[in-house]
Amino acid sequence: MTDEPLLRVSALSKFYGSRVGCDNVSFDLWPGEVLAVVGESGSGKTTLLNCLSTRLLPSSGTASYRMRDGQFRELYRMSEAERRFLMRTDWGFVHQNPADGLRMTVSAGANVGERLMAVGDRHYGKIRATAVDWLSRVEIDEDRIDDEPRAFSGGMRQRLQIARNLVTGPRLVFMDEPTGGLDVSVQARLLDLLRGLVTDLGLAAIVVTHDLAVARLLSQRMMVMKDGRVVESGLTDRVLDDPRAPYTQLLVSSILQV
Amino acid sequence: MTAQPKDIATYNFAYLDEQTKRMIRRAILKGIAIPGYQVPFASREMPMPYGWGTGGVQVTASIIGPGDVLKVIDQGADDTTNAVSIRAFFKKVANVAVTTDTASATIIQTRHRIPEHPLTAGQVLVYQVPIPEPLRFLEPRETETRKMHALEEYGLMHVKLYEDIAKHGRIATTYAYPVKVEGRYVMDPSPTPKFDNPKMHRSPALQLFGAGREKRIYAVPPFTEVVSLDFEDHPFEVQTFDQPCALCAAENVYLDEVILDDHGGHMFVCSDTDHCEKRRNAPTSPLWGGRAEGAGGGLDQSTPHSTPTPALRADPPHKGEGKEKQ
Amino acid sequence: MYVAVKGGEAAIANAHSLLADRRRGDRSVPALRLDQIVEQLALGVDRVMSEGSLYDRELAALAIAQARGDLIEAIFLVRAYRTTLPRFGYTKPIDTDNMLVERRVSATYKDLPGGQLLGPTFDYTHRLLDPELAAGGDVAEPLQRETEAQAMPRVSAILAREGLIEPDGEMPQDHIPGDITREPLEFPMARDIRLQALSRGDEGFLLALGYSTQRGYARNHPFVGEIRIGEVELELDVPELPFAVPLGTVRVTECQMVNQFKGSAKAPPQFTRGYGLVFGQSERKAMAMALCDRALRATELGEDVTAAAQDEEFVISHSDNVQATGFVEHLKLPHYVDFQAELDLVRRMRAEYDARENPVKAEEKREAAE
Repeated sequence: MTDEPLLRVSALSKFYGSRVGCDNVSFDLWPGEVLAVVGESGSGKTTLLNCLSTRLLPSSGTASYRMRDGQFRELYRMSEAERRFLMRTDWGFVHQNPADGLRMTVSAGANVGERLMAVGDRHYGKIRATAVDWLSRVEIDEDRIDDEPRAFSGGMRQRLQIARNLVTGPRLVFMDEPTGGLDVSVQARLLDLLRGLVTDLGLAAIVVTHDLAVARLLSQRMMVMKDGRVVESGLTDRVLDDPRAPYTQLLVSSILQV
Repeated sequence: MTAQPKDIATYNFAYLDEQTKRMIRRAILKGIAIPGYQVPFASREMPMPYGWGTGGVQVTASIIGPGDVLKVIDQGADDTTNAVSIRAFFKKVANVAVTTDTASATIIQTRHRIPEHPLTAGQVLVYQVPIPEPLRFLEPRETETRKMHALEEYGLMHVKLYEDIAKHGRIATTYAYPVKVEGRYVMDPSPTPKFDNPKMHRSPALQLFGAGREKRIYAVPPFTEVVSLDFEDHPFEVQTFDQPCALCAAENVYLDEVILDDHGGHMFVCSDTDHCEKRRNAPTSPLWGGRAEGAGGGLDQSTPHSTPTPALRADPPHKGEGKEKQ
Repeated sequence: MYVAVKGGEAAIANAHSLLADRRRGDRSVPALRLDQIVEQLALGVDRVMSEGSLYDRELAALAIAQARGDLIEAIFLVRAYRTTLPRFGYTKPIDTDNMLVERRVSATYKDLPGGQLLGPTFDYTHRLLDPELAAGGDVAEPLQRETEAQAMPRVSAILAREGLIEPDGEMPQDHIPGDITREPLEFPMARDIRLQALSRGDEGFLLALGYSTQRGYARNHPFVGEIRIGEVELELDVPELPFAVPLGTVRVTECQMVNQFKGSAKAPPQFTRGYGLVFGQSERKAMAMALCDRALRATELGEDVTAAAQDEEFVISHSDNVQATGFVEHLKLPHYVDFQAELDLVRRMRAEYDARENPVKAEEKREAAE
């Protein structure tokens, strides 16, 4: 549809004193594309995600986002107000631990409705109807709408967090180990759901994971990180089936053997 | 070495020193310039406890002049002890004229009510505010709530209202009901009942809010938009009472419930004592002279009465006669 | 018949005259004089001066007498008076190195230049009630001896010579010390402001928080480097004069805590400081203040904030006993109007609840009412 990327990242680096968080990362992300960032813990993938989602300011480099009006905006030059607005409208962030992304003491309905109210929706009935719709899309029973997430299982909480993020129709979603901490069977169901939603909504996403199976199922393209640097990137199937960098080969062989 | 307390304890007009007053006036001016914005100010210790109106007293002390006429109410009444005490304080330290008459006051300091009698241009209503931050019980951190105001992030406020409706079928906030001022800042109107919220909207009077312990001043200039937060399909509504005031038969006023005995007997009377007294004494009042049996005699009876109202005696209450609640 | 409540003015006046009567108590007992309070209840006077932030023994004594011995009420009286006083200027920082020391103890060194001086302390007294005191017996004069004036360097300076302890906190070049009595508190705050707030903070509150750090809630491994109590000189810079003008002396208690520190991303391994300084003689308060000061430096030193004592907004917002007592006690004030609003809501909701749970009964009720 468009011939321009959604996000352009150029030479992004983040240092913690003399320690490297991530170093000289560049890539483009296209609308509707899912990019997986894989690596071991400490590889810099979470630092990269936090920089991209502006939760952290990089030490150097740029990232430009194509706004809904088609104009590219440099993320780190935006005011905090603009960034926060982007965060609650056009973007989503799915945390590994749902408690970090949910309000645990307000009902599921309010959790889903919060973003709508934040952008000015003032019709209780419509907000609630939208919440019901989204709960069903993430396979949560309508009669749980007034329950607090405290009463939900881990998988339900994660699905609620996803609904809460997607309700404003974002174009870009950041996910930090979205299936981490869940049982294997629950993971599979969640991955299925995510894959369906991403396809249906044409979402672009950046998914950080240490799990190559998650990358394979969700992403079209992937980047492999080690010690803060990107050691290999390419189409997911290509990277996983024909890894070129020695580190990727090691990673693929060690995991696939299990 | 023996102290002579009488020599040392002397105070400026209206208690505060002039430097302090100037500082507070600057805060007030800033508040007026940015309606609804909470201006931090270096609140002083006052000779009454924090939480007992020190913010309001500092605001009043900073704007009062020898020509002012001061009215002080608490719960709508001129004769509640804290109102009496604050009025006596200004009589003593500023030697100003005091009144209970809403219309003739130039400054009205209040706790928890807005008078029933409409305020006019030139009058100043000074509110005593315990917790100025409308977001405080949603987010306890000052650093965070200031950011939320700065970025106009008020979604959380509606989350609370949403939860009310989801749980109780209605917005269950009855006082300190949040308002949006001039389309920008969400503001706590102080713990007035939401019944009084509409009176703030486009009021010709200047409304000043002082929170002494929390060190904040804010303001609503005359004729400013003050809109109570709500949902389109659950609009803001004020409390209604099933019966008029049992003393003056006023309707559409805020009533206090008074317990008459220990068998559940109770009656409802105006919380605004000045308003109630005026109505009872006005020659135009239908109650003047022969007081009607039952409430609301001769007045518009469009509001249905669902519970019987205690009968009234014809003799008007004497000032100073009554007592504690019986 | 019901008559609206009136006569608040007379009730208040009567209550106050009863208060005056109770304050005086039995007229056959001689009235307390202020000099008796100053001399014989000196530590109570010190606390009122310290938390009242006004160094004036007679006024503090007057406040204690007027408050019937309620020290928080006395602190309040003093604060409400001091706030009206004009500000002529700010003295130079006091120099506790040159304190005329009456008591000085260190828990880190057995002996040190200037020595350990016990001074007038409750420490090592056996807490046995003394009937002789009740009988009003004479008290012998204390022993005195002449000594050479001896330098008494602070323990922190001794440690600093080896670089073992962090330097005394330095504020940025252009930093003007704040004044919490003249400027609104804003969070986060610089350490000078925080120390001011702690110094006038409630002794009991800080004691409990300091205690909590010892029990593992933000443990900061403290040693009492030194406590010193004595007189320090106050000096004021006057623009017209080439020298600082001495104004007199005040008695203060200073506590320097030395805290173990393994280093973090932000600071090298070295001992860190917690500081306490209060008017008069109050080791308990100065020590608690020093513990809290150190705990509140968690963010500055790159430590995790996990406990109440490390939370600046929590500690500073709740440490002032005049604010706290006012707001707690304001619950006594009438809240008829708000309560009425809540009553109305609860009644409505109960009616709806009844109608939902028990439709028949609710219907009967309504009929009966009509």
